[in-house]
Amino acid sequence: MPLTIAIPKETHKLEKRVAATPDSVRKLLELGYRVVVESRAGSQANYSNDAYKEAGAEMVSAAKLYPQADILLKVNGPEKRTDLDGKNELDLLPKDATFISFLQPALNEPLLKQFAKKKINALAIDAVPRISRAQKMDALSSMANIAGYRAVVEASNLFGRFFTGQITAAGKVPPAKVLVIGAGVAGLSAIGAAKSMGAIVRAFDTRPEVKDQVKSMGAEFLELDYEEDGSGTGGYAKEMSKAFIDAEMALFREQAAEVDIIITTALIPGKPAPKLILEDMVKSMKQGSVIVDLAAANGGNCELAQADKVVTRHGVSIIGYTNLPSRLAAQSSQLYATNLVHLVAELTPGKDGELIINMDDEVQRGATVVHQGKVTWPPPQPASPPPSPAAEKKAVPEPEPEAPAVKAKPKNLFSGKAMIGYWAVAGTLLLLLGSVAPADFVHHFFIFILSIFVGWQLIWNVKHSLHTPLMSVTNAISSIVILGALLLVATPDSTLITVMAMVAVFVTSINIFGGFYVTHRMLHMFRK
Amino acid sequence: MTGTIAMAYLFAAVMFILALGGLSSQETARRGNWYGITGMAVAVIATLLSAYVQNYVMIGLAMAVGAVIGLSLAHRVQMTAMPQLIALLHSFVGLAAVLIGWGTYLDPDYHYTGADRVILNTEIYLGIFIGAITMTGSWVACGKLHGILSGNPLTLPYRHWMNLAAIVVSVILLFIVAGSDPSPGNATLIFIMTIIACLLGIHLIAAIGGADMPVVVSMLNSYSGWAAAAAGFMLNNDLLIVVGALVGSSGAILSYIMCRGMNRSFISVIAGGFGTDSSSGISSDDQGDAVATTAEELADALSEAQSIVIVPGYGMAVANAQIAVSELTDELRKTGKQVRFAIHPVAGRLPGHMNVLLAEANVPYDIVLEMDEINDDFPETDVVIVIGANDIVNPDAQEKPNSPIAGMPVLEVWKAKQCVILKRSMATGYAGVQNPLFYKDSARMLFGDAKDSVQKLIQAFKA
Repeated sequence: MPLTIAIPKETHKLEKRVAATPDSVRKLLELGYRVVVESRAGSQANYSNDAYKEAGAEMVSAAKLYPQADILLKVNGPEKRTDLDGKNELDLLPKDATFISFLQPALNEPLLKQFAKKKINALAIDAVPRISRAQKMDALSSMANIAGYRAVVEASNLFGRFFTGQITAAGKVPPAKVLVIGAGVAGLSAIGAAKSMGAIVRAFDTRPEVKDQVKSMGAEFLELDYEEDGSGTGGYAKEMSKAFIDAEMALFREQAAEVDIIITTALIPGKPAPKLILEDMVKSMKQGSVIVDLAAANGGNCELAQADKVVTRHGVSIIGYTNLPSRLAAQSSQLYATNLVHLVAELTPGKDGELIINMDDEVQRGATVVHQGKVTWPPPQPASPPPSPAAEKKAVPEPEPEAPAVKAKPKNLFSGKAMIGYWAVAGTLLLLLGSVAPADFVHHFFIFILSIFVGWQLIWNVKHSLHTPLMSVTNAISSIVILGALLLVATPDSTLITVMAMVAVFVTSINIFGGFYVTHRMLHMFRK
Repeated sequence: MTGTIAMAYLFAAVMFILALGGLSSQETARRGNWYGITGMAVAVIATLLSAYVQNYVMIGLAMAVGAVIGLSLAHRVQMTAMPQLIALLHSFVGLAAVLIGWGTYLDPDYHYTGADRVILNTEIYLGIFIGAITMTGSWVACGKLHGILSGNPLTLPYRHWMNLAAIVVSVILLFIVAGSDPSPGNATLIFIMTIIACLLGIHLIAAIGGADMPVVVSMLNSYSGWAAAAAGFMLNNDLLIVVGALVGSSGAILSYIMCRGMNRSFISVIAGGFGTDSSSGISSDDQGDAVATTAEELADALSEAQSIVIVPGYGMAVANAQIAVSELTDELRKTGKQVRFAIHPVAGRLPGHMNVLLAEANVPYDIVLEMDEINDDFPETDVVIVIGANDIVNPDAQEKPNSPIAGMPVLEVWKAKQCVILKRSMATGYAGVQNPLFYKDSARMLFGDAKDSVQKLIQAFKA
């Protein structure tokens, strides 16, 4: 009996996203699950009931949805359903169900306890460890990407000028200058979007290693004179020292007077957002400038930002929207739903509609915050911060998934004990052979085995690109059997043998001359 | 005199080892080939000068004719036809080994007894057996590579049992003939074995598909070496043994490298091709649409790109597009772009085939990189051009554990910013599996003959 995955409509204020799209429903069905979707769940993200139905989902009302849900996929954490007598979703779900959504486990401990009390497993997609293997489930990155893009769009909407510089018949237009603070995924995405609209983009980050990424997006990387590495675990930034922050503030103060648009994306995990843009900096900005504060939900990087609002202070519009991904609902639903499918696929090793949470798996362990009635957050820390967190995406050197399968075999075959066994058997066989074989044969055999080893050592050194010449030259030299033929020609009194030997001489000659010549031709083609 | 010959052979053996050693880099490879030629010349001349050889006229004639044929074959061969030429040459070694085995067996001077006799007979028997398999197997491989025979694997019912039976019968015959002096009866048995081995060679290789030929050719290369070594044992000739062992292990290593390139075991390759066992992976789950592009669009993308990687496959060889590709490379490099080639270990029909084709077309070898050297660079690459390759760039190998090609190392071209695939149609590659690469957002298809497409591309780029 396959489990049922249920997708309710999001009821959070201003939320337009949905946790599954018709495409993702198809993929969930492929994994063996049954999928039920609440009627009109995707309407705000432009996915119609019909589209879900066509994909194979069953459309049901909210009241019918929760009781049959084995797995609930959501964007936001559990909420009260006003349309169902104000009941909390957790009360509507059956025991032992699994709830998957953004949960911010670090900030929501009471909520986790509620899950535990209800014996509902909780997986926080935002707690998936940021390692290469889990990139496809990294919903934070996919949402941040959208938020960064949308931040620029919102800014341009309120900014009364072009982004790109132009020289027109009506006069010269200077390009807009955009400062992006925090070059994580959202910051990089904002840089890309602003750059592609033609603005001059500068970016700052406490982690010096993101410099190359910033440059690759076409922005200028602002640097402090002060030296301190702000890299923390998992590709995030850590809190900086007082002296560093002073130097940083001086830089922002200087930039604020110059730039037209500031986009702040600075977050430190589990802490309120650092205050980076103070009132006096806002005051120094040009009239009509725009600040977009992507950290507004966590208190804001700008002192004056207010969550979910646009405020105008000192002639500067300060955007504090916390639902930027939701403002691109179709896009963000598509990416988020795909992240969820990957997570569910990871949890469904048999592709049979059975959900198995493997607590020994780093990714699944990290994401699981409540398991069988116990709060399992936070997961055990990885041993040390990644050696080079340069690219978040490459941060932790990750064994390739296929590696174990490939390596498993040689490991068994060549383990220490097995090796001793092989050599013992080989040695015994050699001794046996030596005891019966004539001396001549032993001598030849000796040379034979040694030559195999010489060949083995030699050939591994041959470059891959020279494998074809290698084959033609080995072919030519294996025609050394011509020696045998030459010796046979001399056999007296047998025309048959002489003829056979002549034929052998003939064909091996073709080989010798052809093989060496064609090798010669090939090698002459290789040029630097 | 024997001492002189032995020393000449020693010298030749050293030359051959140096020849193989020279191939470890392009700089020393040509010298390596000359070492090989020197070694061969010394060995042959020393043998000719020995007291045993007299029929100089006949030998000279046979060698001269062979030389003319060999040189003209080698001179005329297209680099794209290199795999079949090498397969054909392998068959000659096999044939020679068979003839020498028979010659030794029928030698009226045969005078061995006891353990010597058992060993000699066994050596002859093995020499003929391996030689015959090499000979007919190489013919079939050559036919498949040349397109005379169908590239599809021939799957007769009970084929594994037939192979097994052939081997069992051969072993039984060996036990009958090994212990006794040559006689017409035993010769008949050996003749039967020769026929069986010939058929076995045909059947073994016929059951293997066209794209597994890199493994087959390397394997036959190895067999030809073992056949030479067997001849060395029967003739008490150390030089033959040394060379046979060198060549045999060389071919074995190449086969191993090729198998590893496909993440398949040697046995599974030898036992038959992909797609023969099931309708594997033809699940045409709708993966979206492949987006077609034009040469003009690709030229635009190239003019904006800084870093370009070209991934050639067998399709480039089939379309003879390497010269055009080389020209494109020159044009791109003239404008200061970084152009590199990424070669998968099993691209083409022969180990290192792509390298030879590109070298023929004057592509500098230092921009032609191996898979391991370039795979990490794809994320920073602006445009990847895949020319006539399919399975070696299939992301399913990494992403879908139940895919028939799962675990095969592949070039991660989908990580590049844009990937354009030059291909004649949407048909699947050798493994018969769909390639989701074509449906990726960053992928574009440029349909048509690779050579035409590349030439149009050059025109568009210059314009």
